[in-house]
Amino acid sequence: MTTPIEEITKQKTNKELKEVVILFAGDSGDGIQLTGTQFTNTNALFGNDISTFPNYPAEIRAPAGTLAGVSGFQVNFGSVNIYTAGDQSDVLVVMNAAALKASLRSLKKNGIIIANTSGFEPKNLELAKYPKGVNPLKDGSLEGYTVHEIDITKLTRACLENNSGLGVKEIDRSKNMFVLGFILWMYNRSMEPSLNYLKEQFKKRPELIETNTKVLKAGYNYGETTETFTTRYEVKAAPMPKGTYRSIMGNQATALGLISASKKAGLTLFYGTYPITPASDILHELAKHKNFGIKTFQAEDEIAAVCSAIGASFGGNLGITGSSGPGIALKGEAIGLAVMMELPLVVINVQRGGPSTGLPTKTEQADLMQAMYGRNGECPLIVLAASSPSDCFTMAFEACKLSLQHMTPVMLLTDGYIANGAEPWLYPKASDLPEIKVSFTTKKNSLKENGEGKVEKYLPYLRDEKLSRPWAIPGTKGLEHRVGGIEKEHETGNISYDPDNHEFMVKMRQAKVDKVADYIPEQKIDNGKEKGKILVLGWGSTYGSIKTAVIDCIAKGIDVSHAHVKYMNPLPKNLGSLLKKFDKVLMPEMNNGQFSRIIRDKFLIDAIGFDKIKGAPFTAGELSKKIEEINK
Amino acid sequence: MTTATIPTTTEKLTSKDFTSDQEVRWCPGCGDYSILKQVQTVMPELGIPRENIVFVSGIGCSSRFPYYMETFGMHSIHGRATAVASGLKVTRPDLSVWLVTGDGDALSIGGNHMIHLLRRNININILLFNNEIYGLTKGQYSPTSHIGQVTKSSPYGAIDHPFNPLALTLGAGATFIARSMDRDPVHLRGILKKANEHIGTSFVEIYQNCNVFNDGAFEVFTEKASKKEETLFMETGKPLIFGQNNEHGVKLDGFKPVIVNVADVSVNDLWIHDEREEMKATILTRFFDDPKKAGHLPRPFGVFYTEDRPTYESALTAQINDTIKAKGEGDLDTLLRGRESWTIN
Repeated sequence: MTTPIEEITKQKTNKELKEVVILFAGDSGDGIQLTGTQFTNTNALFGNDISTFPNYPAEIRAPAGTLAGVSGFQVNFGSVNIYTAGDQSDVLVVMNAAALKASLRSLKKNGIIIANTSGFEPKNLELAKYPKGVNPLKDGSLEGYTVHEIDITKLTRACLENNSGLGVKEIDRSKNMFVLGFILWMYNRSMEPSLNYLKEQFKKRPELIETNTKVLKAGYNYGETTETFTTRYEVKAAPMPKGTYRSIMGNQATALGLISASKKAGLTLFYGTYPITPASDILHELAKHKNFGIKTFQAEDEIAAVCSAIGASFGGNLGITGSSGPGIALKGEAIGLAVMMELPLVVINVQRGGPSTGLPTKTEQADLMQAMYGRNGECPLIVLAASSPSDCFTMAFEACKLSLQHMTPVMLLTDGYIANGAEPWLYPKASDLPEIKVSFTTKKNSLKENGEGKVEKYLPYLRDEKLSRPWAIPGTKGLEHRVGGIEKEHETGNISYDPDNHEFMVKMRQAKVDKVADYIPEQKIDNGKEKGKILVLGWGSTYGSIKTAVIDCIAKGIDVSHAHVKYMNPLPKNLGSLLKKFDKVLMPEMNNGQFSRIIRDKFLIDAIGFDKIKGAPFTAGELSKKIEEINK
Repeated sequence: MTTATIPTTTEKLTSKDFTSDQEVRWCPGCGDYSILKQVQTVMPELGIPRENIVFVSGIGCSSRFPYYMETFGMHSIHGRATAVASGLKVTRPDLSVWLVTGDGDALSIGGNHMIHLLRRNININILLFNNEIYGLTKGQYSPTSHIGQVTKSSPYGAIDHPFNPLALTLGAGATFIARSMDRDPVHLRGILKKANEHIGTSFVEIYQNCNVFNDGAFEVFTEKASKKEETLFMETGKPLIFGQNNEHGVKLDGFKPVIVNVADVSVNDLWIHDEREEMKATILTRFFDDPKKAGHLPRPFGVFYTEDRPTYESALTAQINDTIKAKGEGDLDTLLRGRESWTIN
């Protein structure tokens, strides 16, 4: 004889899915980001391919229950390769009425809604600006969706009412664990990783380990025992390349790339910065790893941040600063100083919506022109762009390497989407990373006539084959010299107002940056044929969406290829000839057409711009539609 | 990793060894010449290897200074030498870092960095050449210009209330503040040496004459005829006395400093200077009256205040060492692996 519970369990069916998108949405105090991250990590450990997109309000605690306070976390996981967080969600988990209102449009037709009914009280409905007397859970407006109503708040309270010793507020805070438990059940996932996380997180408050564990299990068991839920889903592991993976977010990857580069160059990492969304997590990550000898310096402002990094570079360290667009604007003059002095400096711009304060927590790619031209005078930088969360590691490492080896500042562009997004990362071994050769000059490097015969001298601006100059750091006997922001004489570095010298030096600094093209990889086609009808040319965080759309269009028989630029300045040497092998070049960007202008300028081709400036990444669907449109 | 300290040398150098081959281009008669000379004279006496000395400046007449010193140097951008020097010293505690700045550079465009450097107490020696005018931009009023000062940008007289640089820096948490002048080489050299000896940020205000745009701004303090009456040279352990024949003294009446005739009081009643007393230093920085005002207090010169406080760079190094002790030296493979990883075979 079976017990009633076993009976129910037996009746539940398993359904296999290739790919699932879940959007968790609630108040910014509901712990949505944590639920999403834990669910993500569990799936990653299981072996799914994954991409995530957290979307949260700028206000830390916007008024509870309002539309402005909705925080979302979207995760796309699958047994197939995943390149974006998904255009629309299959499942929408909403903790209150505002979350439903704000997120419903991103739910697929016939999608599943899991709603916390205690978030649909008259007060919640009013805050979410539903007309008086209207409750979307009751009025039939959700017809076509599968709606599961659960009183998560009530169940959580009931679970902890007797033994927790916690106040109602603290009890309510653990309702995200109920959601997590339930979703883990729904997708046949183990609670183990989450249980481990709780143990680690609340080491110092064992009572919270106990209560959160209880609620997590209650959520899981709720799915197991309730008759309403008859189907569990199964998403098998993805066919990923062999190797060992971890989950990584963009800002974290950037920090790891910087640390790796400092180790490989044998230099102390100095990170001068000022807190700004969405770049601060780089500082948070670096500050944790003081045992690598890293020096993080939270400066009084953006200008001090970059200047302190320049001071560190002058002293022979790996000087780095990071910010977002508004902060980069403030750093402009100092970046010019580093260009003029020809010192290494890495500047990271985690782009967000602009201009001015713009959209602090939303994504955009609108600082490319700022990176290319946004300083006084002729002031070229090496500009790199990362294309995915894990690519932030590669490009941060590359930024350090190029800056140190070419003695000039490098700007690395990432953005809010990849900075906060996560994906599985086939991380490298330390021994697989290339050494970054840095040699400080210790000897005088020239013989000069001084009237009484030849004397040895140190010329701080003598050029090598890369057109870069020697780096002699303070403490090196006999090589005392001065650098500065005023135009300097070729080779000696002395102040010079000579007009011919100025023009020569301006062109020299440009030629030095242009020369970097000899030291970077050639542009490759990411997907599709080497020549043909349409090339989708992207850069930065649009990578995943473009890749998904192009795969989709190729499958439909469209003659389309994808190339993704990561070296923005100088551009890869073969890019011009590559572009000319296609009839049409489509350039999707999350800005008003910045890269397309550069491409038109450099290669005189009629690139077709496709812009989106909504603080949100492209969906693959939008791109496929555009590709099909220009294919006609 | 231990906190690197500035090395010493017994090598005999002269002021000539600290003179670069660059032609000095300040206006003839500028007070900067004297300051440069005193700095070049003092350098060999510090016993620091020349290659471990760095001069950092911002923008302004004074900021050309590094080019004239045969040491490592950087002429940076306006107001930011403080920030550049901070990054340099934090990563290179083995360097003797000197910062040359002016009243506009340090207190106007770079005011923010200045106060933050002082509170962090990074071991940098700041020399602020105060001439109460913008010289390089050719004669606009500065944040230390006095009310009513007629300049190119204030043809009807400046209406900005000026900064009191030493009150400002003491308020910002400075651990060494002093004042000297371009026209008193012996005093200036003495103060430069004390600034060098202090471990932490040393702030030295140097009254400097701009003979082109603000000639004679400090002449009541620097010229023989009035100097003894108008200035008060402070030395720790000695009473505050001044005047042609040191006939005047200062004593405290409650919190109020009053001028007395030395002959009328016992020496014990006079204010005995102690550069380690913060409260008294606060009062001394307020000896800032307009010398034209009747009954004004003399202007003090010397070390106002000094205290021992851990430097930012030593605290940072200690924190790094503690972390290494607790977690072990950072291992790149462990870092790259992260907390959780999984293998696909």
